Amino acid sequence: MGHVIIKDLCKDYVERRAAPRTANNHSAVDRGQQLRVLDQVDLEFHDGELVCILGPSGCGKTTLIRIIAGFEEKTSGTLLIDGKQVKGPSSENIFVFQHNGLLPWMTVWENAGLGVRKMGNEAEKAERIQEYIDIVNLSGFEHHYPHQLSGGMQRRAELARALVVNPEVLFMDEPFAGLDYLTRVKMREEIINMHEYFRKTIIFITHDIEEALTMGDRVVVFTERPAKVKLNVSLEYPHPRDFSCSVDLEQLRRTVYEELGVHHAL
Amino acid sequence: MADFRYMQIVLPLAVFLALGIVWQCAASFSGWSSAVFPGPVATAVGMWELIANGTLLQHSVASLFRVTLGFYLAVIVGVPLGMLIGWWKTGQVMFNALIQFLRPISPLAWIPLALLWFGIGDKPAVFLIFLASFFPLLVSTITAVNHINSLYFQVAANFNFSPLETVSKVIFPAILPELLPALRISLGVAWLVVVAAEMIAVKSGLGYLILDSRNALRMDYVMDAMIAIGLIGICLDRIIVQLNRIESVSWGSV
Repeated sequence: MGHVIIKDLCKDYVERRAAPRTANNHSAVDRGQQLRVLDQVDLEFHDGELVCILGPSGCGKTTLIRIIAGFEEKTSGTLLIDGKQVKGPSSENIFVFQHNGLLPWMTVWENAGLGVRKMGNEAEKAERIQEYIDIVNLSGFEHHYPHQLSGGMQRRAELARALVVNPEVLFMDEPFAGLDYLTRVKMREEIINMHEYFRKTIIFITHDIEEALTMGDRVVVFTERPAKVKLNVSLEYPHPRDFSCSVDLEQLRRTVYEELGVHHAL
Repeated sequence: MADFRYMQIVLPLAVFLALGIVWQCAASFSGWSSAVFPGPVATAVGMWELIANGTLLQHSVASLFRVTLGFYLAVIVGVPLGMLIGWWKTGQVMFNALIQFLRPISPLAWIPLALLWFGIGDKPAVFLIFLASFFPLLVSTITAVNHINSLYFQVAANFNFSPLETVSKVIFPAILPELLPALRISLGVAWLVVVAAEMIAVKSGLGYLILDSRNALRMDYVMDAMIAIGLIGICLDRIIVQLNRIESVSWGSV
């Protein structure tokens, strides 16, 4: 399970500071004024789907998944995961953070074990933790602390920690931010393989159009703030995806670039 | 590297040696008698007497006992209280003014009250040491809790941590790298205050040794007690610094 339904979801923030009104800052708002971040978002994420969310910087992508994950409250609208209202964070839906989501005072092993810490059977627990550490290729680094690992290894450790819980939904908020290009590409591949294997619902935020188009089962593009759904397309192309071989995919890439305001696709 | 380690011992010793020479010159050419300004040799002789008859050891142990007790009490009360106040935002608003009001009052100002309340003996001294280390620890703990990355609390919420788990698995380990320097400073303050505390109400300790030697006009003993205070101070500081080497704490220094 991992079926997410979002209907008419709105989110307003109360502006806490007055921004100076200048010629090129039309969106400046007064203190105390309501600032609409999400505007009547309607979306449905199916069980086992990998959905990539794209949008201009600051449009409210992160706000949306933080609301779905239960870290923030919605202003109005409906939000159901497997038919249940979201009331707060839950270990059924694990969030993979942009960076430094690992607890730095715990080893990889201890971090990965957070989700199963209440499991009674020690042998079973250890086996499970080891299984996922092996899956993300961190065997041999169980007793390293996060600061002793590279950025890519830290992301993989966090992924292992999330998977150990066997969550219904995985939230990934630009999980590859700050990784070098090669590591990013490898991590994409690993996520795709992992997703083929586990078939969890993954909501993946990125600002990298190629990344979204190569990874997602579906791509959702948001508008500028207040964010609305601008484009919502299924990508029924097999992996590995190659832009130079698929005319449709290449066309879609151009469309997405245009939707995001870049008119001469590179 | 071996060279470097060697220099780390030799260079500070050279500074001490130079200080000894300056001290000797000052004592020789000041024109004061050695009863008023004893030189290093007279002080060393006095030191030997104090060590030989066990006085120095006895007084050092007495001081260390009071500092340890007062400091531990401050840690046991101050750190949990600081974690609580730091975590509980309303509590912070409530208590911050009170803490800032009490903090600048020197522990020494409490001497008359301490004597009246706790009488003669170890208790008033321990109380003063407690006060001296309690406030720096409390304030540092509250600040350290405020500095915890809010991401860690989100991780805790995501994994359904109970309040107790949040304290033991997030707040406490997260503040340790900031807490250790605070422990170091407050232990230093405690050691500073013990001398003053021992000049009242007790008949033991290095502070008492200084006071007693002054009354006996034995300035060499006064200096010996000062040297002992400095040496023990270095040792206490080294002990706390060693805590930084614990692996689950070292992330803070990266």
